[in-house]
Amino acid sequence: MPPVIEVRNLHKRYGNNVAVDDVSLTVQEGEILGILGPNGAGKTTTVECVEGLRAPDRGEIRVFGLDPLRDRAEVTRRLGVQLQAGQIPERLRVAEALELYSSFYPRPADWRELMDGLGLADKAKTAYAKLSGGQRQRLSIALALVGNPRAAILDELTTGLDPQARRDTWSLIEDVRARGVTIVLVTHFMEEAERLCDRVALIDAGRVVMVDTPAGLTERARSEQRIQFRPSVPLDDRMLTSLPDVSSVTRRGELVVVKGNGNVLNAVTAVLARNQIVAERLRVEQASLEDAFVELTGKRLDPK
Amino acid sequence: MTAPSATWRLMRTEIKLCVRDKSAPVWGVGFPLIVLIILGSVPALREPREIYGGLTAFDIYVPVMILFNLAILAMTALPATLAGYRETGVLRRMRTTPVGPARMLAAQLVANLAVALVAVVLFLAVAGLGFGVQPPRNAAGFVVGWLLSATALLAMGLLISALAPGRNAAMAIGTVLFFPMMFLAGLWVPIAEMPPPLRAVSQYSPLGSGMQVFQDAYLGHVPPVQPMVVLAGYAVVCAIVAVRWFRWE
Repeated sequence: MPPVIEVRNLHKRYGNNVAVDDVSLTVQEGEILGILGPNGAGKTTTVECVEGLRAPDRGEIRVFGLDPLRDRAEVTRRLGVQLQAGQIPERLRVAEALELYSSFYPRPADWRELMDGLGLADKAKTAYAKLSGGQRQRLSIALALVGNPRAAILDELTTGLDPQARRDTWSLIEDVRARGVTIVLVTHFMEEAERLCDRVALIDAGRVVMVDTPAGLTERARSEQRIQFRPSVPLDDRMLTSLPDVSSVTRRGELVVVKGNGNVLNAVTAVLARNQIVAERLRVEQASLEDAFVELTGKRLDPK
Repeated sequence: MTAPSATWRLMRTEIKLCVRDKSAPVWGVGFPLIVLIILGSVPALREPREIYGGLTAFDIYVPVMILFNLAILAMTALPATLAGYRETGVLRRMRTTPVGPARMLAAQLVANLAVALVAVVLFLAVAGLGFGVQPPRNAAGFVVGWLLSATALLAMGLLISALAPGRNAAMAIGTVLFFPMMFLAGLWVPIAEMPPPLRAVSQYSPLGSGMQVFQDAYLGHVPPVQPMVVLAGYAVVCAIVAVRWFRWE
């Protein structure tokens, strides 16, 4: 099956500033691809080229096999878009906006259902200008889906939402995916990428650093595992350092910190059990996607 | 086919938003209507005068208020809305839909024309029924004059929308141009009473040209060619430059 979205060697600059250096991506039918990267990495410029809002300087883009600039009408019919900066008229009300936008598409979704699903039913008659940030965000998600698109690009899906609204939005996206809609998700929330994405593309400085499943990325980033515990009786470090799976043993107060490969937990618990030592307050530190990101790009995602 | 219904809905929406915005109904319709009623209540303004070709001063003010309405809508309401749409990403959002931003822009033009049409009917009815002003004796000339004036002014409004960086700038440019244009239409001093050099300037201004066409239509003359050419010139030049410079974002 041909990919839904195909980007080959995309290059885009604004004056002397290279926004996207060389990005290649494919998005398969029915998957959720996450695009992850720090601010200014070129995520938004990349998806804006896919949406046909910007003309690439070099490279090729296909959406459903079509050119997003030349085949404007057909691409916009099939591709739902949520923009980071893109609004509706201030005095337009929620229900009016959804009804208006649904009239733009040949086979729209039921806009009332979407409005209810996104918790906007009691705001139906509220003007856009009077909505809170989270409500505007939910309306823009609804507008991206109102055309019943085969694929959707969602830029900063849950930015500005409170944790509850964020979780509600995630389950909505899972429902949308269950209907077979292909989704590209631009995000800098690790939790969001780990929960929703089938694959994640890490973008940094206008280039794709790596594309893999969230689990694959974390594994690649840190093959090393770290466990810490308090031994029930004093323990000779050599008992652990002699194990082939262990790379280092250090002390932090009464805690023993052991680093090693993927098998280190099994090896350590086995040797402790043989010596009848109980590992109290045992903690295994799992690498997260966040760690993977730092490891692979040397940058933090969300610099505070 | 969904396209016609989408266009129709967009037009209805833009008209609704135009009315909700209040500035067009209040300043573009209500205000000139009140001025018209006040002027109509001054007996001295309702005596025929030789200098106006036998019309009364009040007769002259009816088309002045019609032009006032067109100028408010085209020079301030339209540019403020369009530049605001561009500034807040409304047009950009429309670019990602099958309908596109051009149709939204067209719907905005239609909405202003619709409000202007309501206003001209209202003004003529109030002047006619309330104060006995005779309708223009050359009705076709009046309609042509109104359409040409509306087209020229909307093209100027589009040009402002194209060149202004944002909503506030568009409002400022429109307002600054509005007053001298209305002066040249005879809002404060009727054109017939202007000193000759000023009258010459007025002849080449869009609203001054509009007034000449209207006045001749009231007197039953065939509209003169020169002011119609001036209006058409403003319309064509402004529209071409506006289309050339207009940016969706």
